[in-house]
Amino acid sequence: MITKQQLVVVGNGMAGARFVEDVLARGGRDRFSITMFGEEPYGNYNRILLSSVMAGSHDPKDIFLNSLGWYEENGVKLHAGVRVGWIDRLSKKVYAPGGVTAAYDKLVIATGSSAFVPPMGGLYDQSGEFKPGVFAFRTLDDCDRMIKYAGKARRAAVIGGGLLGLEAARGLLNRGLEVHVVHLMSYLMEAQLDALAGGMLHRLLEKMGVRILLEKFTTAVLGDDAVTGLAFKDGSKLDCDMVVISAGIRANVDLAKQSGLTVERGIVVHDDLSCRNDTNVYAIGECAQHRGQVYGLVAPIWEQARVLADVLTGGNKRALYTGSRVSTKLKVMGIELAVMGDKDPKREDDEVVTYVEPSRGVYKKLIVREGRLAGAILLGDGLAAPRLLQVFDREDPMLDDRSELLFPMSGEAKTPSVAEIPDTAQICNCNGVSKGKIVAAVKAGCRTVKAVCDATRAGTGCGSCKPQVQAVVAFACDGAVEEDPAAHYYVPGVALTKPALIKAVREQDLRSVSAVFKGLAGGREDLGSKVGLASLLKTVWGKEYEDERDARFINDRVHANIQKDGTFSVIPRIYGGVTSPEQLRRIADVAEKYNARMVKITGGQRIDLLGIPKEKLPDVWNDLGMPSGHAYTKAFRTCKTCVGTDFCRYGVGDSTGLGIKIEKRFQGIESPHKMKLATAGCPRNCSEATTKDIGAVAIEGGKWEVYIGGAAGSRVRKGDVLCIVDSQDDVLKCMGRFMQYYRENGKYLERTYDFVERTGIDALRRLLVDDADGICARLDADIQAAVDAYDDPWTESRKPVHPNQFAGTVAVAGR
Amino acid sequence: MISAPPSTDRTLNLGPIEQIPPGEGRRFQIGNVPVAVFRARDGQVFATQALCTHKAGPLADGIMGAGKIVCPLHSYTFDLATGAPLGHTCKALKTYPVSLSADGDILLSIEGQRPSSREGKQP
Repeated sequence: MITKQQLVVVGNGMAGARFVEDVLARGGRDRFSITMFGEEPYGNYNRILLSSVMAGSHDPKDIFLNSLGWYEENGVKLHAGVRVGWIDRLSKKVYAPGGVTAAYDKLVIATGSSAFVPPMGGLYDQSGEFKPGVFAFRTLDDCDRMIKYAGKARRAAVIGGGLLGLEAARGLLNRGLEVHVVHLMSYLMEAQLDALAGGMLHRLLEKMGVRILLEKFTTAVLGDDAVTGLAFKDGSKLDCDMVVISAGIRANVDLAKQSGLTVERGIVVHDDLSCRNDTNVYAIGECAQHRGQVYGLVAPIWEQARVLADVLTGGNKRALYTGSRVSTKLKVMGIELAVMGDKDPKREDDEVVTYVEPSRGVYKKLIVREGRLAGAILLGDGLAAPRLLQVFDREDPMLDDRSELLFPMSGEAKTPSVAEIPDTAQICNCNGVSKGKIVAAVKAGCRTVKAVCDATRAGTGCGSCKPQVQAVVAFACDGAVEEDPAAHYYVPGVALTKPALIKAVREQDLRSVSAVFKGLAGGREDLGSKVGLASLLKTVWGKEYEDERDARFINDRVHANIQKDGTFSVIPRIYGGVTSPEQLRRIADVAEKYNARMVKITGGQRIDLLGIPKEKLPDVWNDLGMPSGHAYTKAFRTCKTCVGTDFCRYGVGDSTGLGIKIEKRFQGIESPHKMKLATAGCPRNCSEATTKDIGAVAIEGGKWEVYIGGAAGSRVRKGDVLCIVDSQDDVLKCMGRFMQYYRENGKYLERTYDFVERTGIDALRRLLVDDADGICARLDADIQAAVDAYDDPWTESRKPVHPNQFAGTVAVAGR
Repeated sequence: MISAPPSTDRTLNLGPIEQIPPGEGRRFQIGNVPVAVFRARDGQVFATQALCTHKAGPLADGIMGAGKIVCPLHSYTFDLATGAPLGHTCKALKTYPVSLSADGDILLSIEGQRPSSREGKQP
């Protein structure tokens, strides 16, 4: 039996407790005996919500994350209300008053921070405590005392016009006090905002009744037995009977300093979060300094907790914390504010985009550096925030048209912010999931968008509500959403991104779905991953792919689209939507012979026979004598055309001829999601080519515009012009090139419109038109190989891959 | 179509497991009871009611793996061994005891169910 190591955690705040949760989640209870020290006499609570307790919108008992019982249940020994006095790093022991000691093998310091109290006169009474009426706003006890005192106070001064100060001001205002914010700097929240945004916030707050004093240096608290006012350096005074100090925070590093650890602004740690001069001691949270940064927001701190849990449990020994890009969404007195990265340009070539609407208090500012978002301020508009945060966090390339990011809903009805909509409002229209249900899932412990979606089924239908689901989740956990690492995996069951997965598949020569589970997932089959893997392997190996049919969705096992009653729909290919009387007669005969319950013209200009039982599919195909239309699979679907030059008075290009060529060339080409195409014979665009995955529009002079990334489904998006070419052959060539690039780089079930936005049209032009990386010849060859490998799947009517491939009900074999 | 499987008191012989491709399911009709039988890639066999408790989707056409089945219509997932709903609140699936004979025949037990005399002949 292995003896357990002693893991001691000093600090039971949001960093320390979260770290212990993460250790337990990784099976750490088998490896460690865990002892925690917490200065406050409670379990662990969500400090971010203290301001809501102050404002009266949350009850103190609602902000607890872990009760004292939780520690007991999980075998964690908690010394609550005990402040550690000394760490002896030589004998590896921590000492606390009352003879409490704990020996450690690994020690984690998560002592957090405390309120910074600027030097001023009259703060303390004779016992050395704050004078009655003076408060620092940091702990639940502070909050409790402030609420009690506010009940009999009339006029409060908040020293500090930063985020915490304004939160405190909101709380006091809600409790009916007259509130003055006293700020040292020339505008509010100068750490996050520029002067213009600070000024707008100032006016919004004044409208709500907050009085604001700028450039005021407080020299003394007045009053003998209790607070009666403040005195300022300029000689002026303010009468008040309550003072709240929130002038910033300072890392709690005294313990670390006394114990000889390297301390600057915080405890200096390496990328594995161990201390600079003692690798058995680690520091995380607001007391830690990593690469010169001390973080005060919850997201980076939780990331540190996760990394350290990985390091210590061996779940991922090479886990490293490499710093965080800081972004946050705040609610200052009901005013929506999101800030990320730099607030002002830093380099000469930084591009600054601003939009200002003073009357409504809307201000939007983007700092763009090298085509990526380096920073942003969004005041008074919560709608644009989720997209911007995503672009910032992932360092995605920016759209050329910046306004699309600033005004994401332009052209659509304005939707209210998630905070305002009622709990009964339906967010996911496919599965009927309300805002209330999502909030409840978050409260029940779902911390990632994926966990919420799994628990509620929100966003699992057409997926178009995902941004709103994300917004509700962020709202429900007050901005502290966790990112699910699996969000970057190609499929959930194999912990690799698409490029890494393709590389591993090639290196280990994995040609079937079960070989991938064996080689890359520890032999664990994952049913949510089978279909995506099958698609990827087919793209990687082509004809060399070892086709296990059970990894296909039913549609791809029987080459037809399953309907709600278990019957199937049959759509033969009609190249370019051009048919003939003879073909129509044959289709009509088949429809009658097999009792098609509905005959329907599809949106892609074809004919759908609905209500065909599975076992009749081979006969229907044989009688039709037409190739598969692939209307059931993630592949090239159809190319819609207009009549082009043959009959149309306006046509300038032969869109019909081109459409037929496109369908003949690309039929059956599989891809991460379906590809719907169209060609238009003139810019009137009757076939709607500009809102297709790929489209071609004829323009005067014998030229064609090639569009990519259009959409007219659950999302509507005009495609981007990839290039303008001179001939139909060139259209085919660049369409094929884009298809192959999308096949290789698109995530499973990522439509072209998301893929094009994620990659960036500029980048795609460089790669596919300018051939900046020299990959075009290979892409052209690979799409040609895929075209050459095409077999009409409907020929399986004559040679099924299994005798029961199309069996509806298996006849029981007698013996 | 049902011909005449020999059966013990409770067990029906549905014939060779090779009737079902590896990793897939197929639907069998036992009297008036449709049953979905599944053949996992690791050799395990499962049997459940044929239609999903959500909206009667054909479960034998679903994707299976790791002891679970996903209905092809709306992706509701169930545990194959117990029939329990996974991540949703639809009713559990009925499951039936099923095993393989020494020759690799599927042996299915359906309490109180026999091929009806109209469709199948009793031995």
